[in-house]
Amino acid sequence: MSKHVLLIEDEPNIIEAISFILSREGLAVETHSDGTTANEKLRGAHPDLLILDVMLPGKSGYDILRELRADPATAALPVLMLTARGQSRDREMAEREGVSAFMSKPFANSEMLDTVRSLLNGPPGNA
Amino acid sequence: MTGAREMLNTLVAVCIAYALFLFAIAFAAERIAAHGQARWLRSPAVYTLSLSIYCTAWTFYGAVGSAVRSGFEYMAIYLGPSLVLIGWWWILRKLVRIGRSQRITSVADLVSSRYGKSNLLAVGVTILAVIGTTPYIALQLQSVTLSFEAFSAGEILPAAEKGHTALWVAAGLALFTVIFGTRNLDANERHNGVVMAIAVEAVVKLFALLAVGVFVVWGLGGGLTETLARIDASELGHWRIDGGRWAGVVLLSAAAFLCLPRIFQVLVVENDNETHLRTASWAFPLYLGLMSLFVVPIAVIGLDLLPEGSNPDLFVLTLPLSQGQGGLAVLSFLGGFSSATSMVIVAAIALSTMVSNHVVMPLWLRFAEPGATVSGDVRGVVLLARRLSIIGVVMLGYLYYRLSGGGEALATIGFVSFAGVAQVLPAMLGGIFWRGASKAGAVSGLILGFLAWNYTLFLPSFGAGVLMPEAWFSSGPFGLEFLRPQAMFGLVDMDPLLHAFFWSMSLNTGAFIFVSLFSFPQPLERLQGAQFVNVFEHSTGPRSWTGNVAQSEDLMIMAQRILGARDAQDLFEREAERQGGRGPLPDVTPHFLETLERELAGSVGAATAHAMVGQIVGGMSVSVEDLMAVADETAQMMEYSARLETQSQELARTAAQLREANAKLTRLSVQKDAFLSQISHELRTPMTSIRAFSEILRDTTGLRAAEKTKYASIIHDEAIRLTRLLDDLLDLSVLENGQVNLNLRRGVLSDVLDRAVAAAAADEAGRRLEIRRDRDAEQIVLHTDLDRLSQVFINLIANARKYCDAPQPRLEIRVRAGARLAIDFTDNGTGVASEAQDVIFEKFSRVSDQKAGGAGLGLAICRQIVTRLGGDITYVPGRGGASFRVSLPADLAIAAQ
Repeated sequence: MSKHVLLIEDEPNIIEAISFILSREGLAVETHSDGTTANEKLRGAHPDLLILDVMLPGKSGYDILRELRADPATAALPVLMLTARGQSRDREMAEREGVSAFMSKPFANSEMLDTVRSLLNGPPGNA
Repeated sequence: MTGAREMLNTLVAVCIAYALFLFAIAFAAERIAAHGQARWLRSPAVYTLSLSIYCTAWTFYGAVGSAVRSGFEYMAIYLGPSLVLIGWWWILRKLVRIGRSQRITSVADLVSSRYGKSNLLAVGVTILAVIGTTPYIALQLQSVTLSFEAFSAGEILPAAEKGHTALWVAAGLALFTVIFGTRNLDANERHNGVVMAIAVEAVVKLFALLAVGVFVVWGLGGGLTETLARIDASELGHWRIDGGRWAGVVLLSAAAFLCLPRIFQVLVVENDNETHLRTASWAFPLYLGLMSLFVVPIAVIGLDLLPEGSNPDLFVLTLPLSQGQGGLAVLSFLGGFSSATSMVIVAAIALSTMVSNHVVMPLWLRFAEPGATVSGDVRGVVLLARRLSIIGVVMLGYLYYRLSGGGEALATIGFVSFAGVAQVLPAMLGGIFWRGASKAGAVSGLILGFLAWNYTLFLPSFGAGVLMPEAWFSSGPFGLEFLRPQAMFGLVDMDPLLHAFFWSMSLNTGAFIFVSLFSFPQPLERLQGAQFVNVFEHSTGPRSWTGNVAQSEDLMIMAQRILGARDAQDLFEREAERQGGRGPLPDVTPHFLETLERELAGSVGAATAHAMVGQIVGGMSVSVEDLMAVADETAQMMEYSARLETQSQELARTAAQLREANAKLTRLSVQKDAFLSQISHELRTPMTSIRAFSEILRDTTGLRAAEKTKYASIIHDEAIRLTRLLDDLLDLSVLENGQVNLNLRRGVLSDVLDRAVAAAAADEAGRRLEIRRDRDAEQIVLHTDLDRLSQVFINLIANARKYCDAPQPRLEIRVRAGARLAIDFTDNGTGVASEAQDVIFEKFSRVSDQKAGGAGLGLAICRQIVTRLGGDITYVPGRGGASFRVSLPADLAIAAQ
């Protein structure tokens, strides 16, 4: 059974690019682009991995992350965070909220694939 | 008649016993005060009772006589002071405050001190007071003698014996006053013994009069109703007073109350607590009311019972005597005796202070060898002068009594005296309420008033032909009829007393005001004037000395001689400490000299103290140069403090500016972070797509041709987006730095709008925004940078196209020419939320959250451009849709052709 990835991102071209890369690896990619409804979408989708953009319309990625970590159903979900701001402060903030991996835009496609694979195969070190 | 002789002997014994009693009380009071337990001695009750020296033998005996002669007139004499205490309480309070802050020792000192510490004025007022008071003292001696005589029951005493009585009384009073009136040199300190003794006497006289009254009403008159009926039956019961004279007497007694030296002594000089005035303001009128309660009954019953021709001035005494009430008569005698003695004692203290401070001391200073203030024993001189003055004043009264031979109507002398001292009133009231009052004015008023009083009242009071030729009364001096002393300038039918009061006060006040208005006060006068008039604002003295040559030691020696060694050393130590304790003796600063002078003034009066310090410091009076120096110094200090203040204000301002700058920097730093973060985001987002798709194109095998094309065009679009963003950023940077060159051209607004609409109304997909315009209103010729203006319009139209959320998007462009040219762009969408309206012109703010390809720089650029063009761009709320107004100054527009 193919792994299921939920991508929350608002830039159409980036959605298309990431979807393309992951689909070719045999992953099922579902997308969503509104911050305010992201957590509801997440509860319905039961993904194996969440890719989350920081700057989303309506609600920031940090808030979404904090809420999903507070929910027992999603507390252990691997989360990869993407940001276009790329300042160290953003990384620290994401780590404080309990992110699994952090990546700044633009990224290399191979780097994206590696990270997604390692997150899907369990926590680092267990793999 | 041996009975009468025995009675007289008893009376003498009673008198001596009573005198000893008063001495004992005075001693006791001094002892208690010396032990610092004088709190009750200084109670408002004692203060109020001491005021009762207003009620002299004249009022004690004379009120009944006055009632017999002119009905209720005696009430006017009580009404005047009552009105002063009740209604003019604030004047008294000001007097007391001035008296305490300036250490005033007498009426003369007050006037002198106010008008530049003028000794001339002090001497003038002193003379006036002596002339006005001497007959009054004579009157007291006479009343004591007369009352003695009443006990002799018809036996005519030899004239020599009469004189002896008066002499003994005078000597006794002088002794008492010398002992208790000059215990302390500082006239400003309370004479506890004297005050206590006169308070006791006040009780005695009230008690005596009430006792006689009760005896008369219930013992002789047959009860209250019976007595009232008898009053009604007698002609006294009828109101037969001339209204004018009545009002005049009220006024006169009110004026005298403020000016009489003895009243001033107890009211101001002996006062040690302003709040006592509050009690006195109701208690003293009450006392006067009680004093006047039985006057009419005694007069009526006296007229009924005593033989025709009895002296009504002695009814208080003769009525109980005639009824065989020896004890009551003695009590009554003691009442009259108390009234007489208390008046003489206080008047002697008050007058002796004036005479010694303003006449004897200045003379002594003038004739003693130079530097006498340093080497001579001034303290002894002052005390001696004071004591001799007391004896002199009392003896003057005695002499007056002997020479005048004792007038019949006591009350007349009283009024003459009242009118005399009242001459001080204009200078006094003017001095404490009017800063314009000048010394020249005060002197002129006093002299004129004094002359008028002498001419119209004092000299005529001795009787026609005594001191003034008889002919003057009937036909005026040298036949000048309009100068008749009791009918000046045609005031023929006026009561002589009123006539004199009217003329003396009118001339006095008139001259005072007139001369004051036309004379220029001396510098010291102006300083003192401000001190007096504004006593409640500042109770400190003026700095009237520049002490640069005086030696502290000299001042110390002099102060010791006047104040006594202990007090002087205390004062100097206190001052040295206040100055910062650089040595045992204080520096001779103006402030120190001023303090010292005020301390000395308490002992020897302001003018003398000023003169004595002047002898040592150099310069008998304050010169204009001194004052200028003081003024300079003050001005320098004020300037310096103003400069300090300015500096501290500047510091505060700088600190505030720094705080502001810091806040601004912090704000800027936050803005810069936000800006960088925004820029990063705006640049990285298209970059991400470009990189991702270019890697896909490079690394992915087997892509279909359509996919390749699609991904390549995404890369292309994103590259354009990046370029546009960079263009915008550069544009904004140029605009913000003011480096832009405006390309001013002439053109018509509608053409500019046409171009903007053509460029922005349709998107790439060909969707068009419906635009409504009124071309007629757009026919306005502009002289501005048309390309930049067009850029603004394009931005606004494009925004409407991108963000208007109506199903049929429509934009209305309306042009209104007025004071400013306004171009409104209003769409039919939902508009901008009110909380967002403030920030839409900021960089990177987007009107909505929907991604629409813009970086959020458009409106920021628009605002920069319009500002450069001299106009502004605003969001117009409440128009339904989003509405932007570009307004430009009218001078860009040239009226439509």
